[in-house]
Amino acid sequence: MANGHPRASGDAQHDRAGADPHGPDDFVQLLDPDGERVEHPDYSVDFTDEEYRGLYRDLIVVRKLDTEATALQRQGELGIWASLLGQEAAQVGSGRALRAQDMCFPTYREHGVLYCRGIDPIMPLSLFRGVDQGAWDPVAHKFSMYTIVIGAQTLHATGYAMGVALDGRIGGNGSGNGNGDEAVIAYFGDGASAQGDVNEAFVYASVFHAPIVFFCQNNQYAISEPLDRQTRVPLYRRAAGFGFPGVRVDGNDVLATYAVTRSALDHARHGQGPTLVEAYTYRMGAHTTSDDPTRYRIASEVESWQARDPILRMRRFLDKQGIAREDFFDEVDQEAAREAVHLRERVLTMPDPDPMTVFDHAYPNGSPEVDRERAQYAEYLASFAGEAH
Amino acid sequence: METLTIGKALNTGLRRALEDDPKVIIMGEDVGKLGGVFRITDGLQKDFGEDRVIDTPLAESGIVGTAIGLALRGYRPVCEIQFDGFVYPAYDQIVSQVAKFHYRSQGKVRLPMVIRIPFGGGIGAVEHHSESPEAYFSHTAGLKVVSCASPGDAYWMIQQSIASDDPIIFLEPKRRYWEKGPVETDGTPQSLHASRVVRPGSHATVVAYGPMVRTALDAATAAAEEGRELEVIDLRTLSPLDLEPVYASVRRTGRLVVVHEAPSNVGLGAEIAARVTEDCFYSLEAPVLRVTGFNVPYPAARLEEEYLPDLDRVLDAVDRSFGW
Repeated sequence: MANGHPRASGDAQHDRAGADPHGPDDFVQLLDPDGERVEHPDYSVDFTDEEYRGLYRDLIVVRKLDTEATALQRQGELGIWASLLGQEAAQVGSGRALRAQDMCFPTYREHGVLYCRGIDPIMPLSLFRGVDQGAWDPVAHKFSMYTIVIGAQTLHATGYAMGVALDGRIGGNGSGNGNGDEAVIAYFGDGASAQGDVNEAFVYASVFHAPIVFFCQNNQYAISEPLDRQTRVPLYRRAAGFGFPGVRVDGNDVLATYAVTRSALDHARHGQGPTLVEAYTYRMGAHTTSDDPTRYRIASEVESWQARDPILRMRRFLDKQGIAREDFFDEVDQEAAREAVHLRERVLTMPDPDPMTVFDHAYPNGSPEVDRERAQYAEYLASFAGEAH
Repeated sequence: METLTIGKALNTGLRRALEDDPKVIIMGEDVGKLGGVFRITDGLQKDFGEDRVIDTPLAESGIVGTAIGLALRGYRPVCEIQFDGFVYPAYDQIVSQVAKFHYRSQGKVRLPMVIRIPFGGGIGAVEHHSESPEAYFSHTAGLKVVSCASPGDAYWMIQQSIASDDPIIFLEPKRRYWEKGPVETDGTPQSLHASRVVRPGSHATVVAYGPMVRTALDAATAAAEEGRELEVIDLRTLSPLDLEPVYASVRRTGRLVVVHEAPSNVGLGAEIAARVTEDCFYSLEAPVLRVTGFNVPYPAARLEEEYLPDLDRVLDAVDRSFGW
């Protein structure tokens, strides 16, 4: 359980990706790269051993499924894949910090958060295979659809949070200690921080005091452009200019990410307004499978971040603390492998959509224009009946 | 039966929508205390409170983007964009999100939103206050686009749009806001997505919508003095188009003139001409002619009378149709 409140830290240097092998000195860290627990004055976690093992399991499964998806793309089974490699802790930590009633607005890379929300991991694969456009039910899963236009979802999240406030679902109106109230989280990246929509979302969230957490995964790159093409100040410090707190967390530390996000979400649900969380992390893979990161970053930078791997440090921690042994690690690996095989089988047997479904759902109330085209196209297709292909 | 201006009819329609459904909210710039720069929301915040008539920050993408989130939460947002030329900052949210959520979700998500835009020229304004952006939105699958031209339609169409689960771009003929006409507040409205013959005639058909309906009607009155009976059709719905009444009319008259303020190039008139040619080819006595704004940016106010179609240009097109 996290305590304390998000805060804007003091002076912070403007750091370049990989410039400092140990990361910036102004982020919240509870678990260092060697797997040692670090104390922080404002944040802590109090997990049971079972919960610690659960987080490790999430990290392993999420990475394994992601690796499998990349392989499926390489084999021509997916059109494209946006890998989350390296960002597992940022996604599992924040995803598990959400309470059941909280609403989430993802980008197109939040496969780890999606997994934590209990959505079938096949869903994003059908999107990237081109079978659909990611059509899970956002309301039922409390997880909006993937949004591909950069930053657009931050406004949707802010509006949704304004609605939560209008509904009176913040500030102690929920059950018990107010933790039954609702909060909203909006995911975006360092590149999106330059978008007008994100800045407008900050303005709206601030003036309407909306119960929202802006969760920025700063993975250091917007495709090829490094952070210093988006900002000259640490991103979390931008929040101060909009009138709400910002906090930077070690995004490769699942414990710190959990603690900071849970605190910010509870801050929001308790009626104390928005928070910007900057999860400082690194995109270990390419932007997508269409990208070639060797054109814009050097191997030594990637290696320096490998030393800060989010899973490795968690494993070291569990090992050192005696929370888990080899047999547990083996068992999790096998379980992840089974899930990956299952996922692969389902991708390979995924049927293409029926051609006539192209006309479905353009309008809630339908349209005579679409109906006419549907009828004409059905007639056209029928004209080939009986012909050899 | 009441006599109201188009502006007051919209205001009354919005008031009824707020009364009928507690999920309806109005949001936009200056819509609260001021009642909007055209006073269309006059008095609504006073009666329904700041939570239901929301003055937003001055950021149009934010208005539409947050309205999407509110709609996901179960609200029915009615967004006001202050002027046509200020909708473009929201264009991405409208085209990439509002129009596509339902399709993307395979029908799981509905965004019952209305985006009101006062449109068109003729008010002597500075740049960006007189534009006709309807083709951008009509071209976008997933949006429905309507325009009212009379107080009666203003009163009913705004309520029908708010009650509809389709996302709707609602274009208001700003220079006609002060025109008065009868409103049957207890009547049964015509279908939202249906065009209507507003003046019957047998010699030629004139199709218009929004502010140009009045111009077309004036032209028909003038033509009648010269013995020509023009049938005037108010489209009312720009997407989807309801052209059956137009086809029926053209089959009788054999001549069609389409009038709009927007430039002709790739505009509504071009689409209508193509469809009428396809459906009424053997009935046409002349090609479909268009009377539109010029293919230039909207000019300075002292030139707008040249730019905007007027009675004489409509009659000139009718003459050309007969001279074919």
